[in-house]
Amino acid sequence: MPGSRLPLSAGVGFKPEHFAAISAAPQPLGFFEVHAENYMGAGGMPHAQLRFLRENYALSLHGVGLNIGAKEPLDRAHLARLKRLCDMYQPESFSEHLAWSAHGGLFFNDLLPLPYTEANLRLIIDHVDEAQTTLGRRLLLENPATYVRFAQSAIPETEFLHEVTRATGCGLLLDVNNVFVSARNHDFDASAYLAAFALDLVGEIHLAGHFKTTDDQGATLCIDAHGSPIIADVFALYESVIARAGPLPTLIEWDNDVPEWPVLRDEAIAAQRRLDRAGSSRAAPAAA
Amino acid sequence: MTNCSQDVFDQDAFAHALRDPDAPVPRGVISHNSDAPRKRFTVYRNNVMVGLITALEARFPAVRKIVGEDFFKAMAKVFAAAQPPVSPLMMFYGDAFPSFLAGFEPAREVPYLADVARLEAARTRACHAADATPLTPAALRGTAPEALADLRFILHPSLEIVASDYPIVMIWAMNSGEMELAPITDWRGEDALVSRPGVDVEVRRLPPGAKTFLQGLAAGDPLGAAAASALATNVRFDLAANLAALFAGLAIATTNEPFEVPLP
Repeated sequence: MPGSRLPLSAGVGFKPEHFAAISAAPQPLGFFEVHAENYMGAGGMPHAQLRFLRENYALSLHGVGLNIGAKEPLDRAHLARLKRLCDMYQPESFSEHLAWSAHGGLFFNDLLPLPYTEANLRLIIDHVDEAQTTLGRRLLLENPATYVRFAQSAIPETEFLHEVTRATGCGLLLDVNNVFVSARNHDFDASAYLAAFALDLVGEIHLAGHFKTTDDQGATLCIDAHGSPIIADVFALYESVIARAGPLPTLIEWDNDVPEWPVLRDEAIAAQRRLDRAGSSRAAPAAA
Repeated sequence: MTNCSQDVFDQDAFAHALRDPDAPVPRGVISHNSDAPRKRFTVYRNNVMVGLITALEARFPAVRKIVGEDFFKAMAKVFAAAQPPVSPLMMFYGDAFPSFLAGFEPAREVPYLADVARLEAARTRACHAADATPLTPAALRGTAPEALADLRFILHPSLEIVASDYPIVMIWAMNSGEMELAPITDWRGEDALVSRPGVDVEVRRLPPGAKTFLQGLAAGDPLGAAAASALATNVRFDLAANLAALFAGLAIATTNEPFEVPLP
């Protein structure tokens, strides 16, 4: 798997409110993922908890602020902070988004969309190159959930992502919920999108919940809110992915209205059962 | 600006429309069923605003408790529109919120609100400050009494003093679940010591004169000189009580050099 040494098992996005439960007993999980920006303070509780996770589990560092999709240059100070974290904690994976989050000196704290054009492709390639060179590691680039499209977009998203991997050697983070959300929002077939997706480049999968609202025309609009259980349709897409690709590191994201630890853990266990089935239904691979 | 070939996306227009609720949907932003998907674009605008308000709610829970949820949201929205974050380190977003509150007309009838916000902002900074091992009173045991006045301390990186004309330690404690809500009979100014000796942030009420004393120590003054200037500004300054408060908050750090003991 390019850019990832995570175990082929289920993990969850770490929330500090779960620390007591997580540290009280070994958890049936392969890894934890944290948002890099939350650990960019100098010390204290966040680092104490991250050290515990690092010592006991595989670790995925997930950035939300690198601003890879911005037309302005990458923030060198932020890259330096990411490098320091990567050097300190040696995560099994570092991932970021095909999105932008800052512009003109302001940080928007959201993952914003961009048109898929030749110019933006060159831009993203340059930014991924620079990030990988600075960090001294390959990263995973995540497919976004989007609510609008751009008249300028000329390259299908899957092709855009593949071009970035081809030029930079980065891997991909396949967010299956994002595929479902974008497919609904833009009226395309999620299975067709996944069929076009180069699963051999995928180093990690994300699963999450979303909610539904409507747009001006009354059409369904799915919002990628990470605040609810994973729906059956998303699990079904996930099953189709791992049936094709075999087991992949799979993360449950639940960032808002965070439930009690057992609820989140059980979501991961539900994903793990599917990984186990996908693993056993395939010919046993030769031992590494 | 990058070299503007015609298919470069107009990020300026998108960014501007995110911040301006009256701006139209930026040109070129479409959906399968619309050439100007207003509600869809508004999802981004709302995400940005709600994200900032949520960050402020998380950082200033006592302020929120004091003014109520709806008032806080409205207040946070005005602040977020005027002073959006400039860094992706969202845990530090809102360092400027206390001074904004100090000048926020609709909150004028809660004159201590800005000071409570300063206390909460200091708590977050303390939470993320560098680790350092606190000094315990035992470390002073080997020091000859006559050498005490010449000791210099390195204060813990997490330490901050929040001085107030209002009983902010009490007000904060009652609005953060540390104390039962009750009428404050002894309404007088309090200086708060915020520190994080281990992983938990602690808030303590400082004794009289402590602010000057600690500022002296922080500036590198020896214990005797810091105590003398504290006494000069406040006759009620009590060195023993102050050292007790400092050690209770375990706010004296030993970093590279624990503290300097002058040679006899």
